[in-house]
Amino acid sequence: MTLHVTTPTDRTIVMSRRFAAPRPLVFDAWTQPELLRRWYGAKGWTLVECEVDLRVDGAWRFVSEGPEGARMGQRGVYREVDPPRRLVFTELFDDQSYPGVALVTHDFVAEKPSATTITSTILYPSPEARDIVLRYPMRRGVAEAYERLDEVLTGTNQKGTS
Amino acid sequence: MKPSGYGLDTTFAALADPTRRAILARLAAGEATVSELAAPFDISQPAISKHLKVLERAGLISRGRDQQRRPRRLEPRPLRAATEWLETYREFWEERYRNLDALLGELQADEGGTQGGGL
Repeated sequence: MTLHVTTPTDRTIVMSRRFAAPRPLVFDAWTQPELLRRWYGAKGWTLVECEVDLRVDGAWRFVSEGPEGARMGQRGVYREVDPPRRLVFTELFDDQSYPGVALVTHDFVAEKPSATTITSTILYPSPEARDIVLRYPMRRGVAEAYERLDEVLTGTNQKGTS
Repeated sequence: MKPSGYGLDTTFAALADPTRRAILARLAAGEATVSELAAPFDISQPAISKHLKVLERAGLISRGRDQQRRPRRLEPRPLRAATEWLETYREFWEERYRNLDALLGELQADEGGTQGGGL
């Protein structure tokens, strides 16, 4: 199951990933605190606070604890709650380095009764905000450029130069 | 999940430009002088020099010993650091989703095993 990341416009990032589970279950995993706590942490981070008021205009709040006591808080408001198809919410990190809030849309598509694809679209308040975020992770073009460059590097290291 | 340190930011900024990436790819094949580097591009030598300055400041290239030719050569270390950093972030989401895979598996096993158990 591959995680696909694309940047279709200058304000968006789109991630897509398939899961071997029925759609209602995948939707629950994204919206029920007792389930979120069981998977949302990664790489040494744990979800220690998780509040979800799952209705339009309802607030959500996550706090994660990371290596060496680092804390990361994020919050927002649900804009669209359409189980098990669609979930739309605003997202604001406590210490984010850009102004404005992002709008996150998760579309849950049932490929089969037992397979669900989540497509997550993150719309940033400005191209600048998105570019700040993209500087961290997932600008596909850059990632691919690195990979190409890496190939060139490893290839020519062995060949040597004339 | 912010980039740590000034160095990585500089590397990313230097790599954002396609001409600079092409220069690095050329240097990966071996050191080259400014005029050799400028040859394949339809831009002036001063413009190439500007790109080279950016790459140099980012620590991605250095100048060779030969005082006459001043060939540029690739410094692979910052590039590796940036690649590793990108990979770390991607792995973060992949690990998170692998957790979700595991949880979904457990939940389905529970559902199959116990009748009306609920959460």
